[in-house]
Amino acid sequence: MLANMLREAWRAMAANKLRTFLTMLGLVIGVGAVVLMLAIGQGAQTLVKEAVATMGSNLFIVLSGGTTTGGARSGSGTAPTLTLSDAQAIEELPSVAAVAPTQNGTAQLVYGASNWNSSVIGVTPSYLLVREWRLVRGQPFTDTDVRTVARVAIIGQTVARELFGSEDPVDKTIRIRNSPYVVMGVLGAKGQSFDGRDQDDTVLIPFSTAQRKLYGTSFPDSVRFMMVKAVSEDAMDRTEEGITTLLRERHRIPPGGENDFTVRNLSAAADVQAQTTRVMSIMLGAVASISLVVGGIGIMNIMLVSVTERTREIGIRMAIGARQRDILLQFLLESVIVSVVGCLIGVVLGVGGAALVSQTTEMMVVVTGAAILLSFAVAAAVGIFFGFYPARKAAGLKPIEALRYQ
Amino acid sequence: MKAAGHAAALIRVEGLHKQYETDAGPQPVLRGVDLRIDAGEFIAVMGPSGSGKSTFMNILGCLDVPTSGRYLLDGHDTSRMSADQLAQLRNRFIGFVFQGFNLLPRATLLDNVALPMLYAGRPTQERAARAQELLARVGLERYGQYLPSRISGGQQQRVAIARSLANRPKLLLADEPTGNLDTATSHDIMQLIGALNREEGTTVVLVTHETDIAHFAKRIIHFVDGKVDSDEEVGIAGQHAP
Ligand SMILES: Nc1ncnc2c1ncn2[C@@H]1O[C@H](COP(=O)(O)OP(=O)(O)OP(=O)(O)O)[C@@H](O)[C@H]1O
Ligand SMILES: [Mg+2]
Repeated sequence: MLANMLREAWRAMAANKLRTFLTMLGLVIGVGAVVLMLAIGQGAQTLVKEAVATMGSNLFIVLSGGTTTGGARSGSGTAPTLTLSDAQAIEELPSVAAVAPTQNGTAQLVYGASNWNSSVIGVTPSYLLVREWRLVRGQPFTDTDVRTVARVAIIGQTVARELFGSEDPVDKTIRIRNSPYVVMGVLGAKGQSFDGRDQDDTVLIPFSTAQRKLYGTSFPDSVRFMMVKAVSEDAMDRTEEGITTLLRERHRIPPGGENDFTVRNLSAAADVQAQTTRVMSIMLGAVASISLVVGGIGIMNIMLVSVTERTREIGIRMAIGARQRDILLQFLLESVIVSVVGCLIGVVLGVGGAALVSQTTEMMVVVTGAAILLSFAVAAAVGIFFGFYPARKAAGLKPIEALRYQ
Repeated sequence: MKAAGHAAALIRVEGLHKQYETDAGPQPVLRGVDLRIDAGEFIAVMGPSGSGKSTFMNILGCLDVPTSGRYLLDGHDTSRMSADQLAQLRNRFIGFVFQGFNLLPRATLLDNVALPMLYAGRPTQERAARAQELLARVGLERYGQYLPSRISGGQQQRVAIARSLANRPKLLLADEPTGNLDTATSHDIMQLIGALNREEGTTVVLVTHETDIAHFAKRIIHFVDGKVDSDEEVGIAGQHAP
């Protein structure tokens, strides 16, 4: 019975190929859009998730300079207000796990005939702890290296690849701004950060070396930027308060006076970002779903026309014994087939479109099985939902009236 | 008139009225039809255009319902049946042959003939075998895979007859089955229907405007103005029978 009905549905659709195609088109576009949009949303979410995972957890950044009412930081260019001893004092707070002051910049790297421009960051050994980064080769540098202002470096995967190719970088000497540095270790791969930077395109050197030898600051032992890791998520609020109180005390800021530093909860910001991308991907999917509904209305429209056109056929079928449910099923089957086939084509287009987007743009797109399954289910549901009314209309015809219809 | 007897009444119609609601108000078409048809009869219905023959046939075929009056088919009161029950009754009990053939244009001849069996839920094998057998019976066994548009009107009507027989109906209703055919072809079709009546005892009611066609039947009922005007036995000798 079902095989027969499928064959008949096929015949009915084949009899009017252009129309069948146009009917499908709405759904094809709808499903394609949903698959593509979900892929884009999922891509954004994956990026953020990776960025969160490689950022480190329970993080604050402490910046030198206060926050003006406009939100911009004041005092950049002037002497930094934070010092290394501030960093040490913060580290002593009970809720703080580690503090990592950094000195950021970019520099030219040379090894043999290769050269590469990369971000070179001066850090203390606790930086790896704070970011939860691991080495895949070699050793991290130590406090002794910081104290002795040693020319040593840890390099990221991108730097290792660009300078060394397949060679082992450990114990090799590279030149940073023409000074020799010994590579002590290589960091594991981490991918992109929130702002889309390649986190593997990084060189870490001792903080003191960066300040005094590489970048040459006029304010030794001052710090513009440090990262602070709290011992746990629960300790975040306490830590923020602790840092603020401590720094105000150390900087002798009178009650009511403005902070000359800024504390930002990075993990909270990351949560917001993750939430934002999640909402964005839901929105994208929702907007695309509207086209599914539009496609469904297209199906309903054509099915209604089809029922009217085939009224006589319906009458003949009823005369020779088709029950209402036979007619209902016949038309329902047609709209479901149209939707499912349209959906299949749409999925192919959506996946193809996603591949195209990821090839031609920087955007990350991730097609998931769940997204395909979801759009498939929705399309089938749309077919049934919008096919039902015309099918019921067909099934509800009076035999004699249908038969007499010209 | 037929002698009143109760045993073999296939159709009993009592006080049948049908009126259509038109823009010009209700228009009565059947105005009190009483009739009894026994199993195995071969009846021709005649009468002027507009006298209500088709309306009557549609009610007999359970395609339409009377405005008032009773219609008992094989003892069952059709007015108490649901749409699906009526559909099943048409499917198992009644075969239809229409003036316009009414084959499904997109289905092959075999599929057309097999369709009533599909709705009866017969298994695939049986459907295919019987459809082939029925096509052979009307002399079209070689055309099974053709679409209706590729064969002549007379051949289409043969296919329609084959289809009407699919579920071995007790009652065959034919509203002007030869109305679209030439005389020679009409007689072929009538031979086929007559043979059915004789050999299988299928009750046949057919509507025709042509006297020679009507004389294939054994009883002729005349409709005038929505009423039975005359009802007589004819041609028992069967002068048209082969
Ligand atoms: N659906 C309808 N609505 C309104 N009037 C109708 C309808 N069907 C039939 N009639 C009218 O009922 C009358 C009888 O129609 P019917 O088809 O039964 O006649 P008939 O005897 O079969 O005629 P013919 O020999 O021309 O086929 C006609 O006057 C027709 O106009
Ligand atoms: Mg008529």
